[in-house]
Amino acid sequence: MKFAIQVNTSPYHSNTGQTAYQFIKAALALGHEVFRVFFYHDGVYHAFKYATPPDDELQITAQWSDLARRHQIDLVVCISAAQRRGLLCADEAKRQGKQDDDLAEGFRISGLGQLVEATLEADRFIVFG
Amino acid sequence: MKSYLFVLRKPAHSGVYVQEMLDIILTTAAFDQPVSILLLDDGVFQLKKGQQPENVGMKDTSAIFKALEIYEVKDIVIEVESLQERGLNPEDLCLPVQAVYRKDIAGLMKRFDVVFAG
Repeated sequence: MKFAIQVNTSPYHSNTGQTAYQFIKAALALGHEVFRVFFYHDGVYHAFKYATPPDDELQITAQWSDLARRHQIDLVVCISAAQRRGLLCADEAKRQGKQDDDLAEGFRISGLGQLVEATLEADRFIVFG
Repeated sequence: MKSYLFVLRKPAHSGVYVQEMLDIILTTAAFDQPVSILLLDDGVFQLKKGQQPENVGMKDTSAIFKALEIYEVKDIVIEVESLQERGLNPEDLCLPVQAVYRKDIAGLMKRFDVVFAG
């Protein structure tokens, strides 16, 4: 089955992002496909490159980057939700006259059209948070 | 093509949540997909008449609901009990809505390809 996933909560306000991550890992292990993970609302906080939790805590952003690298999963962060919260990739920062380069490896920034496309492509669409 | 039901359960002015949900609704409608909205629980406050969001620096999201018709989003459903439990009547709302009883909500959801939990 082909899944599309949306993550709406920040890593430290709720554990639904972690639930989404575990769901995706389980789905992949059973041979399902994850077409796209779309980060929206406060879910964009998962994609901050410079999040630096203590070494003995879960490295949440690194976990997603690793998942994308291993399984070629498309991790998309909504551009308007991201900019509102101060997450800018280098290109976008330049356009805005800023110096950020905040996007972690394995994520890409795009628009809501990518979310609608994912819901159209997938057999199942699940919202976490 | 898929049919979409957006289920909104939070009150107006819950941070930017409503604005961001409306952005998804408008984008889906712009993709020419049939879109319906269900207001459940505190979501019924979205359409309460007489909101003055400018006093707290928020956007007037009820005005965006009124503009949805331009994007062919005309099907707004409200749960009768959610309205009653909050002491509201359909006349307290700024848009005409379709009222559905709680017992019929599951049946309503089954009619859609995508139930978008908001």
